[in-house]
Amino acid sequence: MKNNKKLHNVGIFLFFGGPSLFAFAVVFLIPFIVGLYLTFTNWHINNNDWSFIGFSNYVEVFRDKTFLTQLEFTIWYVIFTVLISNFLAFFIALVLTSGVKGERWLRAGYFTPNLIGGIVLGYLWQSLFSRVLPFLGQKYGWALFETSWLTSTDKAFWALVIATSWQLAGYLMIIYIAGFTGVPKDILEAASIDGANKSTILRKIVLRLSIPAIVVCIFLSLSRSFLTYDLNLSLTKGGPFGSTELATYHIVQKAFLSNQYAIGQAEAIILFVIVAVVALTQSYLLKKLEVEV
Amino acid sequence: MPARRLSAILKNTLMYVGLIIFLLPFLLVILNSFKTTQHFIENPIAWPKSFSFSNYIDAFQKMNFMQGFINSLVVTVFGVLLIILFSAMTGYLFVRFKWKVNKVLFFIMLAAMAVPFQVIMIPLVMLYGNMGLLDSKNVLIFMYMGFGIPLGVFMFHGFIKGISYELEESSFIDGCSRPRTFFQIVLPLLRPIIVTLAVLDVLWIWNDYLLPSLVLLSPANRTLPLSTYAFFSTYTVDYGPLMAALVMTIIPVLILYIILQDHVIKGITEGAIK
Repeated sequence: MKNNKKLHNVGIFLFFGGPSLFAFAVVFLIPFIVGLYLTFTNWHINNNDWSFIGFSNYVEVFRDKTFLTQLEFTIWYVIFTVLISNFLAFFIALVLTSGVKGERWLRAGYFTPNLIGGIVLGYLWQSLFSRVLPFLGQKYGWALFETSWLTSTDKAFWALVIATSWQLAGYLMIIYIAGFTGVPKDILEAASIDGANKSTILRKIVLRLSIPAIVVCIFLSLSRSFLTYDLNLSLTKGGPFGSTELATYHIVQKAFLSNQYAIGQAEAIILFVIVAVVALTQSYLLKKLEVEV
Repeated sequence: MPARRLSAILKNTLMYVGLIIFLLPFLLVILNSFKTTQHFIENPIAWPKSFSFSNYIDAFQKMNFMQGFINSLVVTVFGVLLIILFSAMTGYLFVRFKWKVNKVLFFIMLAAMAVPFQVIMIPLVMLYGNMGLLDSKNVLIFMYMGFGIPLGVFMFHGFIKGISYELEESSFIDGCSRPRTFFQIVLPLLRPIIVTLAVLDVLWIWNDYLLPSLVLLSPANRTLPLSTYAFFSTYTVDYGPLMAALVMTIIPVLILYIILQDHVIKGITEGAIK
């Protein structure tokens, strides 16, 4: 009887869990473990008798000046993207939730850039930066736009930041709106009856009470911008002269163009660790500011 | 109060003007998709001389739009269906059977959600390449299932926890088996969370570039993002058709968005908060 029950349970487990666990294991788990192991070997596409070499791939990564420069470039890109997209999203959400006609339509409108993927997004902005803006710049004598932004490293950096923030802002806005709607109306009313002015209410109450939303938004914008690839490929293609290659772009090139799988994988893991540490630290620090209602 | 009125008008204007500026990139691309390349280069902000669809016809043929569209459709539809069906079943398993193995597996899936694709892609291509499994839409669909399962299980787990067990119990008393109870009683109740998950997964799979670019090699297998990329790399200066190609790529999702607007917004909110 007991055996029968056990058999029955195994049947249920396999029926309900079998297909998804198989796919998860074969697509995610096994490659993940193999990937970790790979970084400790000198495996190479043309090198079939590879051996265990310890941490030398990681040492190699930290000696690679190009990768370090690109990592630094990525970090600056992340900082500005996170700041700009969150400020924009916060501001739009704040105004939208304060009683605007047609809020639903506005919200849907600001969200539209998120319907498109990075490739289309990049080409959209590429035509703007390389054609439309220089045209306006030359016509009206705006020196800033006279040449295409994509031909200089500094301006191509801002092109990447602007295109990413444009898309992210609409996404984060949705989350901020959900956060603001959670702020109880009676607290706001009580505060304004007590004579608190708008900026005090914003700073002391709204900002404080929407910290959970802020944590989520910063977390999302951090991880999304750290891992940007498609947009980088279509907007700047890493150029001019490879000066705007973000970390993922570098990893893809290293692995699939130079065939240095093991080093590429070590770089991917380092990138992952950086994202995880930064994202967790910010949630930890910001959550300390959280207040209970 | 006039001052309050004024600030309300100001606020409304600001938001609507802001939205137009925000959507300007789209408007410019639509406008230019009707112009010849020469007219575009001469003046990219001018109104088109005539609304001719020749760029669209040109792009449609050159980028093999129909093929890319059908490939994207097949991959997205089957990918999303598999994710929903199997993660609902596994979510149910994890909620209703509190075995140790289930708890461990659920924890592993939660942890997996934090791991970016970048960490998986190299060994994935290596392993599947060695087995000769690349360049197949079926394998790509299966991969999407594997990558989509953790979020799916997590969301169904949270939802099923809130469903009372009584309904199911009465169904057992009537002599229904577990699988039958799940499909007849539980699955219909999951509708709201299915819609949410479907929205998130459709947007992800339809727009994804990196995974299909590594898995699909032959042009006949290309999904829309891949054919857009190929088209832009080949016809770099032929702006008229390129703009039309962008519009055509955006339109399918845009139509879906207009129909399912509220669901999309709701799905994004719930997906992010969780």
